[in-house]
Amino acid sequence: MAIQNPEPAIDHGLTWTYRLLGEAGLLLEARPANDAANRAVQMLALALDRLGLPGVLSSVPAINTLLISFDPLQVPLDQLQDQTQRLVAQLDLARAAPRVLTIPVRYGGADGPDLDEVAAQLGLAPRDVVAEHCAHVYRVLMIGFAPGFPYLGGLPERLHLPRRTTPRAAVPAGSVAIAAGMTGIYPARLPGGWHLIGRSDLRLFDPGTIPPSILEPGDGVRFVALPDGVSP
Amino acid sequence: MSAALRVLSAGVLTTVEDQGRHASRRYGVPLGGAMDLFALEAANRLVGNAPGAAALEITGGGATFEVLSLTLLALAGAEFGAQLDEQALPSWGAFLARPGAQLHLRGRQERWGARAYLALAGGIDVPEVLGGRGTCLAGAFGGLTGRPLRTGDTLHNAANGAWGTGDALRWAGRRWPEEQRPAYAETPALRLLPGPHIELFAADALQTLLHTPLRVSATSNRIGYRLEGLRLHSAAPVDLPSLGVLPGVIQVPPDGTPILLMADAQTTGGYPIIGVVIGADLPLAAQLLPGDSLRFTQTSLEEAWAARRTLRAWLDAGAEDDDTLALLAWAGVGGELCED
Repeated sequence: MAIQNPEPAIDHGLTWTYRLLGEAGLLLEARPANDAANRAVQMLALALDRLGLPGVLSSVPAINTLLISFDPLQVPLDQLQDQTQRLVAQLDLARAAPRVLTIPVRYGGADGPDLDEVAAQLGLAPRDVVAEHCAHVYRVLMIGFAPGFPYLGGLPERLHLPRRTTPRAAVPAGSVAIAAGMTGIYPARLPGGWHLIGRSDLRLFDPGTIPPSILEPGDGVRFVALPDGVSP
Repeated sequence: MSAALRVLSAGVLTTVEDQGRHASRRYGVPLGGAMDLFALEAANRLVGNAPGAAALEITGGGATFEVLSLTLLALAGAEFGAQLDEQALPSWGAFLARPGAQLHLRGRQERWGARAYLALAGGIDVPEVLGGRGTCLAGAFGGLTGRPLRTGDTLHNAANGAWGTGDALRWAGRRWPEEQRPAYAETPALRLLPGPHIELFAADALQTLLHTPLRVSATSNRIGYRLEGLRLHSAAPVDLPSLGVLPGVIQVPPDGTPILLMADAQTTGGYPIIGVVIGADLPLAAQLLPGDSLRFTQTSLEEAWAARRTLRAWLDAGAEDDDTLALLAWAGVGGELCED
């Protein structure tokens, strides 16, 4: 549902749109949907946390949107929108210096049953797919789909593939996968439609810790090939 | 803390639920919590608990419990023909149960009803995980070790709240006024607000959605309901970046069958959203089972907020005493409480 939007709010080269998602969800969208937009919605989520506005229940940053759930009986929409606009104006995107986590992966074989097929589709040798996958620092664009599932952006175009035509009913926990121009890691045994190229032993999600996810939106991730799998 | 109930039969699906986990949604953890948040809170208030104390959500009925210690209990939500031994229990009321008694919930008695809530005075004693005590089935944590209840499980009640034998007698027999409950119905008209992607659909899509009787598909569950009866088409192929979603969101995947997201929905989705059911009407949706019918009607933001205020006022007003039921409650426990 459209609501009163601020004067074309252009900050950091981004245009912000405010929409309602029902009567208790405020959806902010930053355009164009680029890296700056992704960083902006992540930083805005943290800024909202720090503000601690009563009645704000949660904020979920995604690719270029932030969904704020609120209790309209505790915080009126116009007040929430005012406060959010203020935070948007104060965002300092330059300050973001991501930490980079290194994740060891066994590529190919039973751990990455799609590696050979992926290589064939891309016209590469399996070891070249591994080399390329390990050659970049990815960025956690968002966590969604399942508890702790990171959508990692920055996959080189050489590795772009659509999702599998037939999803698997169950993908083993720790599977490292590519699809849709992204790479990701299945934190648990889940249904999945991405191509599985390897597997990590890292426990990404632990409900007994706060935060429950090792990765935070905005983190950098680098993969390294373990010697007992396919190596570059 | 004491052992309060043992599960003799868990029925189709019985889980420990509360009001959900908000803060960890950012990490992909579903909100979770009771499907019918009104009935959960009413059941808790009937036994003097905090509104969001952990209670049981019993889907479809067919559940039997053995009472292990003198306990103040309350039922709210679906009418499942509950009985304490031979005695019929009205839904939306609090009652005392003595050790050895069996509590049985049969199944749907009226033309509506999917989920009954059973609250124990003090709340169900399960550990808090990520700020909630409800069952996260997707993550296999929370509730009773992250899974639905099964035969042989024992539930303990926490020692907090108004629980204490003397106080419990004061609460037994209370009931929730019928005129202060959501408008549960066989074919509810769920009020929606147009969604953020309405312009991506064909021009008549929303009107079609509002004028078509819909049916909850067989594959529906706590995550969401697939709604059969029409196919909605987007005006052009859509490739949306994933965005945050909430229970109540009606999203439309490429096959055109709308999906109404419910309590255990994923935190993010990539399908266009045609509308969002208002929070005050989610309890009505929660009381639907596969095969049930529903329809949608459009509302305004002001009406949505007013409806929330109404439900909040009803919940805050709380239960009323009912002398008849109080007597029944007394009769049921006389042996334990009267020394003679």
